[in-house]
Amino acid sequence: MRWGVIVFPGSLDDRDALRATERVLGDEAVPLWHKDRDLHGVDCVVLPGGFSYGDYLRCGAMAKVSPIMEGVRAHADAGGLVLGICNGFQILCEAGLLPGALVRNRSLSFVCDIVTVRVETSDTPFTMGCRAGELLNLPIKHGEGCYVADEKTLAEIESERRIVFRYTDRGGRVVPEANPNGALANVAGVCNAGRNVLGLMPHPEHAVERLTGGEDGLRILRSVQLWCGQHGAGERSAPTVVSGP
Amino acid sequence: MGGILARVYVTPKRGILDPQGKAVQHSLHVLGFGEVADVRVGKYIEMQLRDVAGDAAMARVRQMCERLLANGVIEDFRVELGEGRS
Repeated sequence: MRWGVIVFPGSLDDRDALRATERVLGDEAVPLWHKDRDLHGVDCVVLPGGFSYGDYLRCGAMAKVSPIMEGVRAHADAGGLVLGICNGFQILCEAGLLPGALVRNRSLSFVCDIVTVRVETSDTPFTMGCRAGELLNLPIKHGEGCYVADEKTLAEIESERRIVFRYTDRGGRVVPEANPNGALANVAGVCNAGRNVLGLMPHPEHAVERLTGGEDGLRILRSVQLWCGQHGAGERSAPTVVSGP
Repeated sequence: MGGILARVYVTPKRGILDPQGKAVQHSLHVLGFGEVADVRVGKYIEMQLRDVAGDAAMARVRQMCERLLANGVIEDFRVELGEGRS
């Protein structure tokens, strides 16, 4: 399959995402420039972590109006896969492709840690290779990862099983002590109604080798591979937005 | 036509946790300002507008707030228009 990783000014984890998909998974992976509108036929587009546009105004606020986001929106509308990690999750919320928002950690401190998250549903392209209830150990590193949404939205994503990951303790229990940032209902990741757009604060692309902190991130990335294999990746060319004459 | 000065105040929505406001409130208490019952920390944005009349300016600035300056999920905004530099 073919992955695309968007490079915004201030992106940090684009190289790790490319490396994980290309060198570890053995897939084709291309960087996508933020000023471009074309996604170059990728099956899954990754919005990486970092500090796009210096986090000016709000995290992700500037990036959401980048030209490439027109392509991302069209890709998502056509059922293509979109994976937002950390800053990428913030951008997808700002762009309205995912519900809710990510605000300053309740502690006011930047957190850098390995956390345990529980896979809440295997009914997404990003978790189809996981078992519901499976625990993954993944790194986090963010200052604005506290997920918030109004009560109605939260009830909706709960009932539609769109909370894909929650922070838990090592026994898989959703407890306040396991919540690194104050996120409502320990939410670590959510998907859209179509289940083809996922955002999460933990970093699967940093957890792909035993030597460097574990390989639980592969459970997510390999799910995408599996899904694309079953849904004719490469045969379906992703929709592109034509720019200019 | 003289310019218009737009002042935009962006504040966290009621009910949205504002840890920054809480920390500021705590520090004010430490300094002896015990009367401070609540603090909300937001943003103030000033914009010089040109080539736009008052009525239209209000509508335009509100659109700017809705589309970029504020995030309606977590923030409220208030707009004031005044005399700008001509």
